[in-house]
Amino acid sequence: MVPEKKNFSHNDLDTLRSRVIVERDRVTSTASTDFPHNYPGQDLAWDFEKFKESFKLKINKLSKTEMEFDMIGIDAAVANAFRRILIAEVPTMAVSNVFIMNNTSIVVDEVLAHRLGLVPILADPTKFDFKGKEETPTDLNTIVFKLQATCRRNPNAAEGETDPLKKYIHANVYSGDMKWSPQGDQAERFKECPIKPVFDDIVVTKLRPGQEVDIEIHCEKGLGQDHAKWSPVATASYRLMPEILINGEITGEAAVRFQKCFPAGVVDVVKENGVKKAVVVNPRKDTVSREVLRHAEFENKVKLTRVRDHFIFKIESVGAIEPQDLFVQAVKVLMDKTGTVKRSLQSTLQAE
Amino acid sequence: MNYNATQSTAPKAPAPAMTYICAECGSDNEIKPKEPIRCKECGYRIMYKKRTKRMVQFEAR
Repeated sequence: MVPEKKNFSHNDLDTLRSRVIVERDRVTSTASTDFPHNYPGQDLAWDFEKFKESFKLKINKLSKTEMEFDMIGIDAAVANAFRRILIAEVPTMAVSNVFIMNNTSIVVDEVLAHRLGLVPILADPTKFDFKGKEETPTDLNTIVFKLQATCRRNPNAAEGETDPLKKYIHANVYSGDMKWSPQGDQAERFKECPIKPVFDDIVVTKLRPGQEVDIEIHCEKGLGQDHAKWSPVATASYRLMPEILINGEITGEAAVRFQKCFPAGVVDVVKENGVKKAVVVNPRKDTVSREVLRHAEFENKVKLTRVRDHFIFKIESVGAIEPQDLFVQAVKVLMDKTGTVKRSLQSTLQAE
Repeated sequence: MNYNATQSTAPKAPAPAMTYICAECGSDNEIKPKEPIRCKECGYRIMYKKRTKRMVQFEAR
């Protein structure tokens, strides 16, 4: 549990323990030191009840593809584990095999196959099994798409038309041209949410009259650690909450200059008894550019830190799974991992 | 010498027409064996074969 906001003068153990200190030319006190027997008289043993009390999670922004939330009272190791699991270990469905019957477009077969691989697929991966290397494809582990397009001249196009999209029919092949062909009972199983690419307007290749693509596409369940196309997120990242501490008061015109050292909205200049005074109102908006630390007039007047256990976490989903579900799935993956460790520890203890 | 003999004994199946692409104008041309190689659209005498319809498998990586 992090102590409340520090006074400027503090450079004590509590500050070193709970804050990352941002200096002019370096960042210090970066490592987490919260473990038992590290500080005399402080019991830092991990306790579930204490954790439940101090842990906070607050969602700031949520949309179909993006979520930003604050995660407070957790160690960087765990927060980073969630981030890494989101990127590499939450399964999704992606194109794995491409069967090309015909492709006379300018894009060569292997490049076309690679491009198709990166198209995100809107399908619930929990309803599919992983397919082993030697396993045969079944309706439980494979999604099949057909991509067929032939380009020809548009008979209704105006004379002298130069826009290929108007001059020709099917000049662009889009991800939306991938037609799902349900296997087995898939049509029944997914009738609520038919399987399709997440976006219909991704250009896969371009065609000219007489050119043709005729492709069968097989999608499988996989993990981001195998190939980025299976990663459910564009990225998942976090930053630590910035904190700006002022020593005493910054007044007069210096307050305005102080305000200009930060992005808009971080510092307010208020009038107190007719005197301008700088007040930190929203340190969250600070980019921690350290501009203030370059000015001699603010030397020893300001201190920049970051709260070590306050994570501003951002998940940018690719669109196949909504970000709030992604985080829950990431937590489940971590729980499964810890379960495996627990079981193997128990079995080694029993063996002794 | 045997050339004519084998020709005559072979069953007279209707000659399959193959489609070729004109190297000049890009139009499709159906040309039967023994037919002059000449584009119906532009009269050009160079033709390309079409790509096979044989399937090729790729890993999407």
